[in-house]
Amino acid sequence: MTRILLKGNEAAVIGAILAGCRSFFGYPITPASEIAEAAARYFPLVGGTFLQAESEVAAINMVYGAAAAGERTMTASSGPGLSLMQEGISYLAGAELPAVIVDVMRGGPGLGNIAPEQSDYHQIVKGGGHGNYRTIVLAPNSVQEMCDLTMLAFELADRYRNPVIVLTDGFIGQMMEPVELPRTLARPVAKPWAVQGTAETRQNLITSIYLDPQELEAHIRRLEEKYARAARQAVMYEKYRTEDAEIITIGYGIVSRVLKAAVTQARAQGIRAGLFRPITLWPFPSRELSVMAEWARVFLVVELSHGQLVEDVRLAIEGARPVKLYTRFGGIVPTAEELLEQIHKVSEDDDVRASLREAEEYLWGV
Amino acid sequence: MYVRAYEKPKSIYGVFERKPGDPRTTHYCPGCGHGNVHKYIAEAIDDLGIQDRTILISPVGCAVFAYYYFDVGNIQAAHGRAPAVATAVKRARPESIVISYQGDGDLAAIGGNEILHAANRGENITVFFINNAIYGMTGGQMAPTTLPGQVTTTTPMGRAPEREGFPLRVSELLASLEGPTYIERVALFDNKSRMRARKAIRKALQVQLEGRGFSFVEILSPCPTGWGMTPAQACEWIQREMLRYFPLGVFKDISATRPSAPTASHQGKLTDLASSPEEVLALLGLEGVVSAHPPWPHDVDAPARYRNPRIKIAGFGGQGVLFLGRLLAEAGMRQGYHVCWLPSYGPEMRGGTAHCHVTISGEPIASPLVSRPSVLIAMNRPSLERFEPEVIPGGVILYDSSLISMPPRRTDVEVLPVPATRMADRLGSAKAANMVALGAYLQLTHVLPAEAVIAALERVVEDRSLLELNVKSLRAGMEYVSARREHGAP
Repeated sequence: MTRILLKGNEAAVIGAILAGCRSFFGYPITPASEIAEAAARYFPLVGGTFLQAESEVAAINMVYGAAAAGERTMTASSGPGLSLMQEGISYLAGAELPAVIVDVMRGGPGLGNIAPEQSDYHQIVKGGGHGNYRTIVLAPNSVQEMCDLTMLAFELADRYRNPVIVLTDGFIGQMMEPVELPRTLARPVAKPWAVQGTAETRQNLITSIYLDPQELEAHIRRLEEKYARAARQAVMYEKYRTEDAEIITIGYGIVSRVLKAAVTQARAQGIRAGLFRPITLWPFPSRELSVMAEWARVFLVVELSHGQLVEDVRLAIEGARPVKLYTRFGGIVPTAEELLEQIHKVSEDDDVRASLREAEEYLWGV
Repeated sequence: MYVRAYEKPKSIYGVFERKPGDPRTTHYCPGCGHGNVHKYIAEAIDDLGIQDRTILISPVGCAVFAYYYFDVGNIQAAHGRAPAVATAVKRARPESIVISYQGDGDLAAIGGNEILHAANRGENITVFFINNAIYGMTGGQMAPTTLPGQVTTTTPMGRAPEREGFPLRVSELLASLEGPTYIERVALFDNKSRMRARKAIRKALQVQLEGRGFSFVEILSPCPTGWGMTPAQACEWIQREMLRYFPLGVFKDISATRPSAPTASHQGKLTDLASSPEEVLALLGLEGVVSAHPPWPHDVDAPARYRNPRIKIAGFGGQGVLFLGRLLAEAGMRQGYHVCWLPSYGPEMRGGTAHCHVTISGEPIASPLVSRPSVLIAMNRPSLERFEPEVIPGGVILYDSSLISMPPRRTDVEVLPVPATRMADRLGSAKAANMVALGAYLQLTHVLPAEAVIAALERVVEDRSLLELNVKSLRAGMEYVSARREHGAP
């Protein structure tokens, strides 16, 4: 097999090219700049277009234009840039245009810092722009997945005619790992709806305005159906030693890598811990997570944000089991030892709860 | 027998089926200038024979519904962003004729940045800018082109320049740039001025058709409703008031001398250029490594305690500690191992300290963070002090003894002092100290064969003399450890 050592940020560009992406519009920002730099270097070599936009606002609207013209196209940025792109993402969703956006998260709010965080979860997963829409969100946790999931993002974007966001963090973007190339190139997709400046496409119209309330409601119902379809079809997740786990830890991106190490160490100490990693943050693997409440005693969410992912976990668990939260932010990524300690703590904490419940049952005969 | 003297342009729909309500009338108010401009654009499209090729980007504003009328490809854009959208459409479809149709709020206020940069790049697109000195669609608020003293719903006492600034003269502004090819301001107040506008619109499209770059026509256009006037009064007001502030004329025209250049664009699909991912990689100038599986433990020279190292490498920015880590990862991959390299990044790198985490393993790697290293390579004293406590008992600390005078205090680890900087300096450059340290590490542990590291070096370092210095320094580090062993060290 052919392998190549790449930075996560570079791997996203290679994946995009292999997926047949023809243009990149971007604006520099740490820690995502390598994506624009790699695109500037590589896109012209395969006949594609790279253009450094005057702002993230312009970049996302260029993506809108290229997507409307029927091209596979992308941009990339970090939190502050994504905030600026939200308007454009709303328009992409409203006009049902496929596009791929990579967000390499850094610390916030405001300028924050450039170190890894996961604090864009709300603005990306819940949709930071105006209106009734969803974006499909993929969360790679390795350089390999930066390539593979970026490729997949283009497929999903075209399948659902919707923006897809690859949500990752500074560490996954900056680190290097070997990437195995896919076996084949992506096949070009026909887009008869696009406006291409040809006789066949002259009647086509790309817009997100529906002045008549009835029409707009019908449009949003159509989008809803599409999102429901995506929620059935596109869910992805990874389970590690969850079959008999009493404590199930939950994290995505860089956190899931450290959690895996912590779970392995916990198992070596006889603690029945497991890891559940959502790969799609929207659609969130709620059902797959909720069934685990049948055997797991407690869930531990670890995130580099102030309790954002935990909301989706709690919605999935529906109060059936306690859901604990451990957070770090500001650019601090917890070590495996630190997370092992949390697993210990939760395990003890839950024992206390369980014994209290037993005492209650005894007293009240429930 | 009769001769048809006039007919509706083909590029305007006969019946406006996309429009809710009466499909025979437009949504524009009586006396509005949009109707004239639409007609002139459609006539030019017909005359130039570009109907199928034309893509019209409509703005936010009264012309948001331009697609009710134009029988061409239509894309509706966010407020002010039409020039950015047009830029990408033209680059994606260089054969198309792309029109950005914008009003004064859209273009000169919220979209000021997009128009400026599209013009400055000399994008081969055409922009029609309707300047009516007011926000029409939202009900008559101040525009960036509202005249001093002009009453609007947000300047009820009249626009005061000391409070709201002066009207923006966009044509003059853009004409000061090198990028644009053709910029003209015209007006719609009498037949003569309308004919001039018609001509300018046609010329702007002709410029694009010939591939001569950015063309821009500003049209002073009546808004009787927004101004609270009759259509006739509105035309008079343009002539009397607007012309004083917005003089008509050609502000830039280099269409005769600017060479025709096709829009920079794609050469077909990727699948026309390559048929496999390997071929794509070759086009990018990248080279994959064909490596099988991690070597069996009995094929590995390294003693068990050195295998599957988790390494932290730290030093000053500029000492090449990140590079040293990358080489280890690259060489490890060549040997079939799972590898991971995680750098410290950002301002910390510039002048300050830098460090990286490297994991080389026979098993898939969970955490890329090396919080408890089995190997620490410390190239300066702050790094040694910071990371010494993290090293696991039985681990290795290799440090540059030419820069660090205080040896590590730990007694439960293997300590290897290497005068790396001094040795590298003697070989030609102190910058190669990282390679001396790497050589020493390889010779101590046999984690990877030197050949794999040299192969990785050859791939990464292009400069021959630099490559030689690196290889020489690597070997010197290896020999240093061998010699030390001969003198009885472990």
